[in-house]
Amino acid sequence: MSKGRFGIHGGQYIPETLMNAVIELEEAYNHYKNDPEFNAELEKLFNEYVGRPSLLYYAEKMSKDLGGAKIYLKREDLNHSGAHKINNAIAQVLLAKKMGKTRVIAETGAGQHGVATATAAALLGLECEVYMGEEDTKRQALNVYKMKLLGAKVHPVTSGTATLKDAVSETMREWTNRIADTHYVLGSVMGPHPFPTMIRDFQAVISKEIKEQCLAKEGRLPDYVLACVGGGSNAIGAFYHFIEDKDVRLIGCEAAGRGVDTFETAATMATGRLGIFHGMKSYFCQDEFGQIAPVYSISAGLDYPGVGPEHAWLHDTGRAEYVPVTDDEAVEAFEYLSRTEGIIPAIESAHAIAYAMKLAPTLDKNKIMVINVSGRGDKDCAAIARYRGEDIHD
Amino acid sequence: MTKIKDAFAKGKAFIPFVTCGDPDLETTEAIVKAMAEAGADIIELGIPFSDPTAEGPVIQAANIRALSGGVTTDKVFELAAKLSKEIDVPLVFMTYANVVYSYHSNKETGVEGGTEKFVKRMAECGVSGLILPDVPYEEKDDFAPVCRKYGVDFISLIAPTSHDRIRMIAKEAEGFVYCVSSLGVTGVRSKITTDIGAMVREVRSVSDIPVAIGFGISTPEQAAEMAGLSDGVIVGSAIVKLVEANGRDAAASVADYVRSMKAAIEDK
Repeated sequence: MSKGRFGIHGGQYIPETLMNAVIELEEAYNHYKNDPEFNAELEKLFNEYVGRPSLLYYAEKMSKDLGGAKIYLKREDLNHSGAHKINNAIAQVLLAKKMGKTRVIAETGAGQHGVATATAAALLGLECEVYMGEEDTKRQALNVYKMKLLGAKVHPVTSGTATLKDAVSETMREWTNRIADTHYVLGSVMGPHPFPTMIRDFQAVISKEIKEQCLAKEGRLPDYVLACVGGGSNAIGAFYHFIEDKDVRLIGCEAAGRGVDTFETAATMATGRLGIFHGMKSYFCQDEFGQIAPVYSISAGLDYPGVGPEHAWLHDTGRAEYVPVTDDEAVEAFEYLSRTEGIIPAIESAHAIAYAMKLAPTLDKNKIMVINVSGRGDKDCAAIARYRGEDIHD
Repeated sequence: MTKIKDAFAKGKAFIPFVTCGDPDLETTEAIVKAMAEAGADIIELGIPFSDPTAEGPVIQAANIRALSGGVTTDKVFELAAKLSKEIDVPLVFMTYANVVYSYHSNKETGVEGGTEKFVKRMAECGVSGLILPDVPYEEKDDFAPVCRKYGVDFISLIAPTSHDRIRMIAKEAEGFVYCVSSLGVTGVRSKITTDIGAMVREVRSVSDIPVAIGFGISTPEQAAEMAGLSDGVIVGSAIVKLVEANGRDAAASVADYVRSMKAAIEDK
């Protein structure tokens, strides 16, 4: 079996044209991940530019209001550019620069990864082009403007459902067209090896910090770690350093859209089957003939028909559990956290908040729960207002 | 089943591609028969996929037309079974990994079941080869052993970026080697700048397997040049464009085109 496997998942299912590119990337990553100079540079960017470590905040009002577990919020929303996406983007753009690449391309769903990549490219002086589903460019017009402001070129993708999966397909196509000077900054723990492993390593800073911060504040590890899962990069980042700590329950919250019993859902673990797509073997929403399903979620960042291969493996082994959360529940959580704690979460992160709102009241007061607030919700305000029937413009 | 290697024994091979079910399967049937009559040596049948990541805009659009017309893998199998009885040109499927791997699989049986079911069925339908552009050498064990079991050739691809990988790929290649002429996705190109001759020489240094060139070829002049460097020429997007333009009446114009391309590569 080929490289980059998590159980049976993962691998490198890509056109031959890209094989030497991913081999070159793997070699470069294996070299630089052990290079003290690279790591010092990355740490400096994390600490002085991104604003790490991000806070682990005790949400006292929320904890008391829900009347169960003690809830901490991991504030990835406070990172520069507003989400966990910058951890991976800045690391990959730095790696691309070390590899001598002068141009980066990226896909984006909600626009957060596109903004993060454009931010890193602006800082580190690389040319940047972002592919974004046309549907998403409408849902997230503000992020399109931001990317342009940061000097990136944004290509609306009209093929297929014109959402995240089509943006990934189009970025892969563009990469086969221009490889020599170009690195593909994939935004989630998906795609061919080495992306799922490398991106997980870049995002693992989240769980490393949670562990240290929780030990410092509580003198012990949390009982629960919750995160939303689309491709799964913020979740794997929040889970990774707890995988060996078997008493820590890891819960990924998927986007159920209008419900897992409808076609308008993006809950891959709940409704998908094993398959091969976008470079990896994993679970995908698909029909009996392997046609990829046109998934739906209110959240552009979770509106993806697959899930990263390491999550598929954590699911198979039972080490992590995955629960579906509907649009309605996520919107309620978006509003709840805003009025309870004064924190407006990304609609993606609100999926994790929503499940916490169900779970926390059932738990004992001495239980500790950490929710990864993967991003901030400014980008979602206009869309949520529209969802509630209020017509405001971005 | 007609063997792929025999198709190369008669001289340079012309290998046209058509997306099945674009705009409907009756048209595909007429086109394939017309291509066989016009001198095609092997015919590639594209099974449409929702997200064809190696295709340019022309074949992407054909996939969408076919899927929205209601074609399914099972219907393509029925067509292939009929065609393989009526024409003696070897048929090869071109599709994507998931169409094979997830064919009628379910959560419980997993998918190793999918591949076996698919390949068994394609062999029963008389289809001689399988091309999956998203399965490189490193991942072929998901498919090649099952293909071998049922006497189907699993076709390997080499690309302009393959370099040191060509020998490794060619040593284990079956049927023919699909040489991707250019970077990027499928589609018509005005010029092919890759050193195809060098790629073919790399293959020949380890194997006597036939090499056919595809991606970007549309004119008789290009076909003649590419055939001069290899054993055959594959044309997809140029034919799909004819189908797009002529719809249900495309068979006649495709036949004329195949005839002109076949004439251009003869004696090269």
